[in-house]
Amino acid sequence: MTFSPQLEERFAKMLTRYPEGRTRSAVIPMLMYAQDEVGSVTKELIEEVARRCKVTPMQVDEVVGYYSMLHRKPMGKFHVQVCTNISCLLVGGEELYEHAKKKLGVGHKQTTEDGQFSLEEVECMGACSWAPAVEINYDFHHFVTPEKLDQLIDGLRKAQ
Amino acid sequence: MAELIKLTIDGREIQAEKGKLLIEVARQNGIEVPAFCYHEDYTLQAACRMCLVEIEKTPKLQVGCTTPVADGMVVRTDSDVVKKARKGTLEFLLTNHPLDCPVCDKGGECELQDMVFRYGAGESRFVERKLHVDEKQWSPVVYFDAPRCILCYRCVRACNEGMGVGALGVGNRGAISEIIPNYDDHLECDECGACIDICPVGALTSGSYRYQTRPWEMEHVGTICTHCADGCKTTLGVRNDEIIRGNNRDRSGINNEFLCVKGRYAFDFTKHPERLQSPMMKTEKGYEPISWSEALEVVSTKFSEAKARGAKFGVIGSNHTTNEENFFLAKFARQGLGTNNVDHHRTGDLATFFDALSGKNDALATTNDVYAAKAVLVVGADLAQQHPFLSFQARANFRHHSAHIYAVTSGPVREDNQAVASVRVQKGGEVAGVESLRDKLKAEGDLVIVFGDSVQGEALRKLVAFGDSLGIPVKYVCLVDYSNSRGAFDMGVLPRDGGMSRDQMLAATDLDVLWVVGSNPLKTSALASKEAFVVVQDLFMTETAKQADIVLPAASAYEKNGTVTNVCGEVQRLKQAIKVMGTKADLEIFGQIAKEMGLNLGIWLPDKVFEEIRKSVHGYGVSPAQLALGSVPTMPLNGRVAALPGIVQSSGDTLFTSGSLTPYSEILNKVMEAPGTLYSGQGQSAK
Amino acid sequence: MAKQLYNEPSPLETRVVSKNFAIEGSETLDVYLANDGYKAFRKAKEMTPEAIIEEVKTSGLRGRGGAGFPTGLKWSFVPRTSPKPRVIVVNADESEPGTCKDRLLMEYDPHQMIEGILIAGLAVDAHKGYIYIRGEYRYLIDAMDRAIDEAYAKGYLGNNVAGTGFQFDLCTHSGAGAYECGEETALLDSIEGKRGIPRMKPPFPAVAGAWALPTLLNNVETFSAIPPIIRDGGAAFAALGTPKNGGTRLVCISGHVNKPGVYELPLGFPMLKAIYEVAGGIPGGKKLKAVVPGGSSCPILRAEECDIPMDYDTLAKVGSMLGSGGMVVLDETTDMVRFALRIMKFYAHESCGWCIPCREGTTWLKKILQRFYEGQGRREDISMLGELSKNMLGRTFCALGDAAALPTISIVEKFTEDFEMYLARQEVMV
Repeated sequence: MTFSPQLEERFAKMLTRYPEGRTRSAVIPMLMYAQDEVGSVTKELIEEVARRCKVTPMQVDEVVGYYSMLHRKPMGKFHVQVCTNISCLLVGGEELYEHAKKKLGVGHKQTTEDGQFSLEEVECMGACSWAPAVEINYDFHHFVTPEKLDQLIDGLRKAQ
Repeated sequence: MAELIKLTIDGREIQAEKGKLLIEVARQNGIEVPAFCYHEDYTLQAACRMCLVEIEKTPKLQVGCTTPVADGMVVRTDSDVVKKARKGTLEFLLTNHPLDCPVCDKGGECELQDMVFRYGAGESRFVERKLHVDEKQWSPVVYFDAPRCILCYRCVRACNEGMGVGALGVGNRGAISEIIPNYDDHLECDECGACIDICPVGALTSGSYRYQTRPWEMEHVGTICTHCADGCKTTLGVRNDEIIRGNNRDRSGINNEFLCVKGRYAFDFTKHPERLQSPMMKTEKGYEPISWSEALEVVSTKFSEAKARGAKFGVIGSNHTTNEENFFLAKFARQGLGTNNVDHHRTGDLATFFDALSGKNDALATTNDVYAAKAVLVVGADLAQQHPFLSFQARANFRHHSAHIYAVTSGPVREDNQAVASVRVQKGGEVAGVESLRDKLKAEGDLVIVFGDSVQGEALRKLVAFGDSLGIPVKYVCLVDYSNSRGAFDMGVLPRDGGMSRDQMLAATDLDVLWVVGSNPLKTSALASKEAFVVVQDLFMTETAKQADIVLPAASAYEKNGTVTNVCGEVQRLKQAIKVMGTKADLEIFGQIAKEMGLNLGIWLPDKVFEEIRKSVHGYGVSPAQLALGSVPTMPLNGRVAALPGIVQSSGDTLFTSGSLTPYSEILNKVMEAPGTLYSGQGQSAK
Repeated sequence: MAKQLYNEPSPLETRVVSKNFAIEGSETLDVYLANDGYKAFRKAKEMTPEAIIEEVKTSGLRGRGGAGFPTGLKWSFVPRTSPKPRVIVVNADESEPGTCKDRLLMEYDPHQMIEGILIAGLAVDAHKGYIYIRGEYRYLIDAMDRAIDEAYAKGYLGNNVAGTGFQFDLCTHSGAGAYECGEETALLDSIEGKRGIPRMKPPFPAVAGAWALPTLLNNVETFSAIPPIIRDGGAAFAALGTPKNGGTRLVCISGHVNKPGVYELPLGFPMLKAIYEVAGGIPGGKKLKAVVPGGSSCPILRAEECDIPMDYDTLAKVGSMLGSGGMVVLDETTDMVRFALRIMKFYAHESCGWCIPCREGTTWLKKILQRFYEGQGRREDISMLGELSKNMLGRTFCALGDAAALPTISIVEKFTEDFEMYLARQEVMV
């Protein structure tokens, strides 16, 4: 399995960063970056990462199930993560999430039919003082109201 | 010498070695500290929190399994706070644990049941919905029920640390954490079942045992496994004269809790439908069942007649019959039939071995030496395949004592994972490979060298000479296969004094009588003498039996009493677990034939024969009392041993094969995995 | 200043670690150098390691991640003379609900943190550093990578840092979404490529940490505070705060306030002043009901209990914690049952699952609170919530169990009336 030249370069560097014989450390970052390109953590990807990092596929598998951001099924092109934890909760985070469900027509960790959007109710993402917070893929959005969320989603849809 | 300190537990002053774990000290002094995840053979987890105790001057409850004792420590394991903590933890555990006791195999021997009885929390305040996932089957013998799992991680450690396989891991997070197998939905592993036996609850259950019985309905018989030469004790659970399961949960014998797939599961050959249960005679119409009296008459008449006219006899004994049987057979051949043509399938060059060791008193390693030595060198052998218990001992030695492991083998072996140095050699290059490690080995405190059949004859002498030249104490294990190969050798089932070896017998065109006991030479060799009268004693119609004139149904090791000697020379007692109708122990058959022939070879009861062995076989001066307690190492004749004719060759068995018995063990057939694939490829990441 | 920050700064702030935030291009090395950058490093290079550690001790700096352990003392635990090489790990896993400050330090002043890491390297003779950044902060991993590349290019990382001959290599390491990885030993397991399961202590990370090497592990803000401390002296930093609680910290004020934001306030700053003057008070003039002083793991404070200075010792004295600096303000409209439920949902989701009390306890408590919130509560649930939480408290393998138990106990005990209201409503409906 091969990745884009940029990713291959990143991975090559990654494997040299850790102490001698400790390439296992590269497993999690490798999965994160590869997931962006591959779409999800597939069986093939698990085996590839295991091979490159010199661990068994099971040792990679153990890790995939533990970390929330690693998905075995592909999310949408735009993964909308709405925080409903305490700071966001107090200023309408849960209502925003309900609104997102209606707007996109999907539930938690589900993807729209056309594969464009997916939704996830997430834990605190570190934007508490600028709540309600939404992360779309890796982009942060602050002070998100239902209207602002609609604008964001519509804007992304139009750009397709 | 360890420093002794004094501490107080529950008001009792106790003396203990400084630094020992509190839970161990408490238990050794009869104070029960409950724990699920703590296991003295494996790494500490501190995960279950059941062992929390009160220690004066510390505000929080402390974990008993990770706290080392110190002078002046004051501990309470029975205070109200501690009791409340235990009850609370059990209550938490029971929230998702399903009330499966009525249908769970573990009922009656379940540690969770025991703890709930002892520490309360029998009634739960949980009124919510339990988490549920369906039971999974990971292999023909391993079933996993996640809701029952208490996540003590014993199975993960047993597989990874104990067995060195690492087929079990932990997936997901939080309350939905689950034990996962190494291949998505199934296990590719040794199928040893260690995970099932070490599981304190019924999360991991055995596919061959499930739903058949309750533990209290079985009689538990401790005997020695019949499949390889390691001599592991296996406790067979018997009900209604049927063996239902095997394990070693009572940790008796030389093997503690260890058993491989054969020791645990491969007892089912005893009840295979093709088991011979009546003597058979070859007729024009094929093999006809005849009565015992008829069979014995035919055999004894033929033997007496052949003896009278000075005919050529050939006797091929077994390497899994008992010492008593081997002794009696050798005597029968020499005294009873007047022949020296006695041999068995020799799988290790013991003759050269003992000759090379002549003059040495303590050069034989026991299975415990493999665990206790500072360094272990494995030469030309794949222990994990053929001697899984020795492999386990070497690995445990590494884990517990940081022993130095060395491997000089033709291919990758499991010991590579722990080895200081691994040398790959071609067959025949073992001694040279060992020589290349001289400097490292010289620096060791002491050494145990374990070697396989590729080291024989001259090479073996060179190996012993190498050991001598290191200037450190060296002990040896000459690997042989099958449960009593050492016994066959020690009892003299050997072509001494000019007798024909096994292959010579088979090649002799003028052989008149061939008597094969518990062996299957005609699977791979041809019988040159077409006119020979062939008598075979065995469990099944093997290839050899199919060329016999008379076939006598024999009892297996699980169906008789006697002693066997393992690869390290340790003698242990068999205990009869069941009886299969129509079969007789080989010893009894010998005795009956002797009686019919009018020979006086002594009483053919195992105890009586052993009395003779004690008196006449060098090194077997073992008292019955010693034997009753467990294994006893034997020191064979410590002088020159004459060379023997014939070839020495290992059977090449793997974890999932056992000579002629494999085709008849349903379980071994079901779990059959290709020998090498268990650890080819990327292997276990050591860190 | 043309730069648009995430929130307006407050005139009541004392800017030490955030002093460069508003400067255009503050994330670049040139701007950093033009604003006192690397003065502290050069000064530290001339100090003995003991002197550096002494200065940090004098400053009274305590871990800004949440535990508040004295930083100088922590540094002194790392054996400088061990045969194994020492390594520095930065905890940028910022996941404590209510906390959003490390983000700003990495976004606006990455080189300050790098300088702090380098000074720590001088103090414990370490030459390798890893910044463990939570997976969600990808844009910050990119920003940190850019800053690191810039530092290498201009000779402020690598074989000859700032021309002093000191050698140090630094890189980022991505997390993948797990709150428990903010726990320092779980972070170490995660950086080794495993599940984020915490470790038994001893051995402590200072002796055997990442890859069994002696490891110095601190929070982003802790490292960021080091250059000001060395530059202006530990005593000056200490004087900004209160005795034994030196310096300033970034306080993240969120919830029911008019001006939520991240503000750098001296330790000992009055909590009510922070709410009403720095954060502009409560919208709609509503009454204050409760405050979560330092992230969701802290026991909650009733409004009456909030007239206190904010420092580690005072918060501990009133039975709570200064924690991560995530101060969440709750007004009178807040449904405490709903609040408690959301907190427990978080811990149940994030529990690593290693030990029985936390794994099973958080899930059970979540289910009780869920049932209660949905109107199926029973009277005995109220006491059971407290009891079960206390069965977790102090019994778990790591502090997550306590972090789940403490707020729950405090909410149930201090706001029993909210729970009573639910039961009363149920009776009416029946």
